[in-house]
Amino acid sequence: MDFSDTPDEAAYRARAAAFLDAHRAAWPSASDAEHGKLAIGRHWQSLKAANGFACITWPKEWGGPAGTAMEQVIFRQEEAGRGIPIAFFGIGLAFCLPTVLKFAPAEQGRKFVGPAMRGEDIWCQLFSEPAAGSDLAGVRTKAVREGDAWVVNGQKVWTSGAHYCDYGLLIARTNPDLPKHKGLTCFWVDLKTPGVEVRPIHQMSGGQEFSEVWFNDVRIDDSQRLGEVGEGWKVALFTLMNERVEGGKDRGLTAAETLALARDTPVAGGTLADDRAFRAALANWYVRTRGVQLTRYRTLTALSRGQSPGPEASIGKMVTAIEWQEISRRIVEAQGAYGMIHDDRLSVHDGLVHHDLLYSPGVRIAGGTDEILHNIIAERVLKLPAEPRADKDVPFSQAPKGI
Amino acid sequence: MNFDFSEDQQNLRSEARRFLEARCPVATVRAVLDDGDAAYNRELWTSLVEQGWTALTIPEAYGGLGMGRVDLCVLAEELGRVLAPVPFASTMYILAEALMIAGTAAQKTLLAGIVQGTCIGCLAIGEGPGDGALANLTTSVANGLLTGIKVPVTDGMAATTALVAARNEGVVRLFLVDLDQPGVVRQSLQTLDPSRDLARIEFTEVHCEPIGDDMLIDRLLDGAAALFAFEQLGGADRCLELAVEFAGMRYAFGRPIGSQQAIKHKLADMYANNQIARSNAYFGAWALEHGNAQLPLAAAAARVSACDAFWFAARESIQTHGGIGFTWEADQHLFYRRALQLDMVIGAVPIWRERLVTALEQTHAGDH
Repeated sequence: MDFSDTPDEAAYRARAAAFLDAHRAAWPSASDAEHGKLAIGRHWQSLKAANGFACITWPKEWGGPAGTAMEQVIFRQEEAGRGIPIAFFGIGLAFCLPTVLKFAPAEQGRKFVGPAMRGEDIWCQLFSEPAAGSDLAGVRTKAVREGDAWVVNGQKVWTSGAHYCDYGLLIARTNPDLPKHKGLTCFWVDLKTPGVEVRPIHQMSGGQEFSEVWFNDVRIDDSQRLGEVGEGWKVALFTLMNERVEGGKDRGLTAAETLALARDTPVAGGTLADDRAFRAALANWYVRTRGVQLTRYRTLTALSRGQSPGPEASIGKMVTAIEWQEISRRIVEAQGAYGMIHDDRLSVHDGLVHHDLLYSPGVRIAGGTDEILHNIIAERVLKLPAEPRADKDVPFSQAPKGI
Repeated sequence: MNFDFSEDQQNLRSEARRFLEARCPVATVRAVLDDGDAAYNRELWTSLVEQGWTALTIPEAYGGLGMGRVDLCVLAEELGRVLAPVPFASTMYILAEALMIAGTAAQKTLLAGIVQGTCIGCLAIGEGPGDGALANLTTSVANGLLTGIKVPVTDGMAATTALVAARNEGVVRLFLVDLDQPGVVRQSLQTLDPSRDLARIEFTEVHCEPIGDDMLIDRLLDGAAALFAFEQLGGADRCLELAVEFAGMRYAFGRPIGSQQAIKHKLADMYANNQIARSNAYFGAWALEHGNAQLPLAAAAARVSACDAFWFAARESIQTHGGIGFTWEADQHLFYRRALQLDMVIGAVPIWRERLVTALEQTHAGDH
């Protein structure tokens, strides 16, 4: 066991570091003003593309540098180590474009690659709907064929970044008389098409990172179809598989930061850092978050050996999201009644922990709820039998539906 | 990045698994459990010795194989899976480590006995209820003679040599005591896990030799925590396997109970806990192998997550099995008992949570 790079990895890391340090002036930062962020992000993305550091694992025929998964991880580590955030382009480049490239005619797919890699076009995933979240195959947005075109009506929701995106990957129901997984078809959509309306969602945490996307008689050409009619579920699964490899980041204060904060919080007879119950909770926070971080090293080991990541790679969000919510509550309630104040000028850590408390519920839902992630581990990793489904083999139009 | 067992270690693991499946079926564990007088299974111990397991980490100069601590972790995990009823941990994770870290040339000759299986160790710290704080120890050494009562001592009946924590000139440190001498009175104790040996040992003016300085106790406990974590991991993974197997075969309401989300989610949590414990244990193994300064933090994290994982797995494995899981005949209680034994063997988990936070404070002392 050791944590060092192989010689090839070390050489790649040095190249990545040299590139990053040479372009220090162009780094985006988390504190960039909201209106400037997108422009800075696009410029940074174009620099990465010009130097072979965008879409690192993409094959040459897609216009990528054909690097390894490990090289991608190393580059991201070097970026993260310099405080460079990922924003705007991740969903499009990691999930949407690979799907378009795989399922669209080759010349059509290729025309999207350059602009997306350079950050000129941004893509989003038009999957979730009000009645189709965990059960994605329950989408109700309709696409009805009219000659060489399809007319789309319906509503998508929780679309990350739709308000600044140019294109989207759409899954719609093209035959409601087939069972739910069989009547679906995927398309790419230009969000400037008449009839597409984007409405930002006001989250419980106050921010607006997601949107609703409405389709009112939106006409799209059959040439925008991805895969065969009725094969949309297969296409969506391809997209979602990419999602699972990409996920996993550290959230919230580290245990060391939490301890430092506790040392500044007075309680009867000393500081919160002396409180045995708090220390036990902190130990728990440490082993859970550190455990997830170290599990990632095991995944990287598999990548470094040229193997596929093991199933343990899928536990991260399921383990940490709820712990993050709980440790945030502990820190805030330890302030006593003062903890009710949520004001960036008065609250601990400039209000960050209060924000975490209001943001963490969303993390337990987005990208697979805690419950769905448990099902996935139980069925795909532990191979436990699937649950019976009331809507299996029933035409979607006749399947039981609630709200 | 190479944060996993090497190919050689994976081969060692498969070999060890095959060996223990043949030599340590659950009947071996039950033989000790059901026999009030047996401290351990001698047959299994002899075959482990013959197989070279007690030679693994011992230097070649003493007849050992000179292999690393991560290799020892591989064996620990396999011993944990089968609930091996032998004094391996007390001998290899504690006594052998103490000798190798701090023994004098003369003391190190005991290592040859460990290789041959004739020298068995035990660690005697606690003297009564409570968290075993060293500050309250009354066992003391005067004029080179040790006096005091240690209770409980894991493997105290089986051991030939004890490492005893005692006060000497105001400092608590460890002493090597040959248990085959007048003034040593041992008494077997009834325990939560009768497949393991637990004793009360009374020392009255016995001969002893100091070993190491007053830092040795913590260093030994840290190393043992990392190694025990692998035993716990082995046990926890086995609980999960048995529960998954049962949940796939047992039907209720017309379908396998494993298709119910209540069971699925429980077992998915078990899986996640075990993976968290595994990753923390690997880091503990790495820190131990490399003598890294992060050992106190890594060892505590390994121990806390392993205790939590094994307890949850053993507890919920019984629950998953339902009524049959509550019988003496079912094996679930063997894991439950061992989870509890390992939870407390080198200090219970609350102490280790505290050690973890203390280590975190020391690691980040300069940050603030």
